[in-house]
Amino acid sequence: MGWIVFALAAWALGWLLNVWLARQPVTWWSSLAAPVIFGLTLLAVWEGVVRGFEINQVLLPAPTAIAARIGSSADLLWADFAQTVLKGALSGYVIGCGAAFLIAVAVDRFPFLQRGLLPVGNFVAALPVIGMAPILVMWFGFDWQSKAAVVVVMVFFPILVNTVQGLQAADAMQKDLMRTYAAGYWRTLLKLRLPAAMPFIFNGLKIGTTLALIGAIVAEFFGSPIVGMGFRISTSVGQLTLDLVWAEIFVAALAGSAFYGVMALVEQRVTFWHPSQRN
Amino acid sequence: MRRSVVPVLTVVGFLLLFWYAAAVWLNAPWAYNKAQRAGETLSFSQVVADTWSQKKPRLPAPHQVAREVWETTAQKAVTSKRSLIYHAGVTLSATLLGFVLGTGLGILLAVGIVYNRTMDMSVMPWVIASQTIPILAIAPMIIVVLNAVGISGLLPKAMISMYLSFFPVVVGMVKGLRSPEAMQLDQMRTWHASRGQTFWKLRLPSSMPYLFTSLKIAMAASLVGAIVGELPTGAVAGLGARLLAGSYYGQTVQIWSALVMAAVLAACLVGIIGLLQRVMLRRMGMS
Repeated sequence: MGWIVFALAAWALGWLLNVWLARQPVTWWSSLAAPVIFGLTLLAVWEGVVRGFEINQVLLPAPTAIAARIGSSADLLWADFAQTVLKGALSGYVIGCGAAFLIAVAVDRFPFLQRGLLPVGNFVAALPVIGMAPILVMWFGFDWQSKAAVVVVMVFFPILVNTVQGLQAADAMQKDLMRTYAAGYWRTLLKLRLPAAMPFIFNGLKIGTTLALIGAIVAEFFGSPIVGMGFRISTSVGQLTLDLVWAEIFVAALAGSAFYGVMALVEQRVTFWHPSQRN
Repeated sequence: MRRSVVPVLTVVGFLLLFWYAAAVWLNAPWAYNKAQRAGETLSFSQVVADTWSQKKPRLPAPHQVAREVWETTAQKAVTSKRSLIYHAGVTLSATLLGFVLGTGLGILLAVGIVYNRTMDMSVMPWVIASQTIPILAIAPMIIVVLNAVGISGLLPKAMISMYLSFFPVVVGMVKGLRSPEAMQLDQMRTWHASRGQTFWKLRLPSSMPYLFTSLKIAMAASLVGAIVGELPTGAVAGLGARLLAGSYYGQTVQIWSALVMAAVLAACLVGIIGLLQRVMLRRMGMS
């Protein structure tokens, strides 16, 4: 009973604190504090509910149990992280984004191909591409190469479509100006059209970060060596050690947020001139 | 629209050519292997013919997939477990349920975020952060846990679809509900409109274009969620189960036909929303 009261009190306290924060003038710390308080409140409620209703640890472990598990099996988590994120997701992300970018620049020279490729690319980007995973695992074996291949296929089309669209973003007046400077194709590309395309390209890159992690993890469900986050999740679910599953999810969430955050930071540096970056 | 038909067909044709070539390239080792054991030598045309008609090819040729799709849709009873339509139906029901739940949740959250500053400040960042979590990764756990508390069948899969589809709806609706300009909001105020009237007569109608765009994304995401949600249930029914079973038994043609079915399903669902969008926006005078 005490824990349920604790959960209710935590919820009320957190909410009141945020209501108070919302009434204050907005500063950078209050816009940071509000979501942090909300997150901590959720954790406290979770802990209180699990303990108060005595929910079986097999069904839903308490946050403290998960934290303890993260501390005790840090080595295991690191090995899984290195296998799935560093080897599988990152290498696939780099190859996929690089290939899509180069092909987009090449396609851009031929308006005919562009008109044909954009609808097809948009269509494929909406397909459940993740279904390719079993095929690619069959082709490239169980190790990280097949995971990287899945990631390549998943990130390829969003980046391709965004880059092709971005390369059309420079307007006619700017292109005319480049022509009056007697700039050739390459110089126009490097100095005008690629910089103008950057907001679009980063949009694709940011979408790609989450897709890359999802692809690498789900591909492991179809076969993997005995290390990796997807492997650990599916086997731990089978053994009902859900605290380990939650620990993996925590690592995945951390990696996903960090990956996204890094891309957003780079975007801020590269496209500082864009209206959406100048508040 | 019409001027892009020829380029699109060209690109599709090119992709098909590439597919046939890749089939030859990937399946050739097996063809040579077979011929060697039989003590024969193969001419080039024999190799090509063999690579396009193997039983368990590494990459089935398009016509093999087309035949499999035809056999498992048109030539089987819909209720048969071998019918692809039956499996697509299982996936479709989870997709639609998840889509409806996700859209409902998304719209409610968006209204809360637009009308409540506290929610805007504290919930909105978490909505965005929630999508950096590879949710598909915990699909197996959600399904096992929900099974343990007695919820099984459609709902666990729909939950995963819901989680994936609520996000685009929240983001799109928040943008859409905030899209009326200050001038329009002032106009409502001069008419002494209540908050409810402003919502129903101004904010909601002007959010419709945003809503439909996000619905398309949500539908595609919902289908992915349903397919992945079917993987850990042990390949019982649904397109995801077909994928998994095909990958266990090396039935590549079956995997590809399930993929084609999923693609057709996605295209139909997104197309229906696109059609609704066109009709609705035209009747509202917004297109």
